[in-house]
Amino acid sequence: MSEYNHIQTAHCENGVTVSLLRQQGLGFMNEPLAFGLGSGLFYIHIPFLKVNGGPAISFRSMPGSIFKRTCKTLNVKVERKKFSNKQAAEDFLDKQLDAGRTVGCQVGVFHLPYFPKEYRFHFNAHNLIVFGRDGDNFLVSDPVMEATTSLTRAELEKVRFAKGALAPKGHIYFPKEAAPIITNEMINAGIIRGIKHTVRDMLYIPSNVTGIRGIKHTAKKVRKWRDQVGERQAGLFLGQIVRMQEEIGTGGGGFRFIYAAFLEEASERLGNDKLMGISEQFTKAGDLWRDSALQMAGIYKGRITAQKDFDHAADIMVEIAETEKKALLDLSKLKLR
Amino acid sequence: MKKKHLPQDKSSLENFTREVIYVKNEDGKYETELSTGWETKTVALENAWDEINRRTEEAKQECLDGKISPIGYYLELRLMDLPVLAGYTGFFKWQIKRHMKPNVFAKLSDKKLQRYAEAFDITINELKNFNPS
Repeated sequence: MSEYNHIQTAHCENGVTVSLLRQQGLGFMNEPLAFGLGSGLFYIHIPFLKVNGGPAISFRSMPGSIFKRTCKTLNVKVERKKFSNKQAAEDFLDKQLDAGRTVGCQVGVFHLPYFPKEYRFHFNAHNLIVFGRDGDNFLVSDPVMEATTSLTRAELEKVRFAKGALAPKGHIYFPKEAAPIITNEMINAGIIRGIKHTVRDMLYIPSNVTGIRGIKHTAKKVRKWRDQVGERQAGLFLGQIVRMQEEIGTGGGGFRFIYAAFLEEASERLGNDKLMGISEQFTKAGDLWRDSALQMAGIYKGRITAQKDFDHAADIMVEIAETEKKALLDLSKLKLR
Repeated sequence: MKKKHLPQDKSSLENFTREVIYVKNEDGKYETELSTGWETKTVALENAWDEINRRTEEAKQECLDGKISPIGYYLELRLMDLPVLAGYTGFFKWQIKRHMKPNVFAKLSDKKLQRYAEAFDITINELKNFNPS
């Protein structure tokens, strides 16, 4: 087994991407860079899907996309597999580990024994790293945990074959071969590609539920909930937004702070001061998301529950949408090289 | 968010881990800092659990009153919905809906009950003899 160096990050998929690529010798890789290269920043109010009767919102792009895009932009070849047969999935994992490989696995958190019970919902898009095994004891590096941990064969099989939405089906992935030499020019080109992709996703997808228009779409719903479902239920819906926005993994402010950190690094790497100014705008957006969470908390704590309080929460969201729109338009106007 | 404004409140992560948050340091540069939690979201999570417990209690009462089968209760207790339970048992959603009727449930074979018991992490006896704590 090779030396393994655990890295804790805010978000699990960023963390797996960072650790796996560093294992391949990409020492420059860090969480904001992985998030930016992989165009992780997003917003979607998922239509037709309800969680506990309430809204399903995501502040990041599709699960799996960050790893995929970051590797692609850096020309790192990836192996990925899903299985219908549990035994085949186990055998494949054993084979990789015995060959000294470190691998990423998609898992469900409901049966994840080292998570606090309060956090164990049927959420299936969590990611962790398996970096070795001692017989039937698997060494696990979970990026959101401070330290490494381990799972028995049975425990690991259970979380790799969790059921429900986004069922992992034993999904396993890793860089196939040692990465080629990666030059600063390649990184810079990747940064520019990543930024363009994010601008496109947030501003130009023709849909009312994604990007900037998606934020406004949610704001509209927030104004109506009190009349539609009553104070108590509406409060629960708001709590659900806050959890998706701030719960472990987002780095605070629904990933906006991580993106601001990425633009800060991009500004240095590309020698472009304007990017620093746009980073500040995303910091402001993140701060506004935190303000909006505070306002919503006032409502679900039962302190302020009038219609004007719901309207105020929605107003902050509209302000966020305008702030992010301006930042993204500024990004799209930059002549990046 | 400035580093000095990062909340360090109590949360259920206590004794498990702290989470990484991106903050601005004194020089205006981004860095990471560990946080024990933020009361704003701790309350959101507590409220979500209150709601889960309320629904579970409601399902328990309905089951005791003979309105639904124990499957309806354990579904709530294990935070599942129909698609999740369908995934774990291999039944179709419409089948599960039928099995939630007490009269249909009473006629289920042990083989079918076993699939539910495994999905709920209980014994087949616990499923048959409804006696929740």
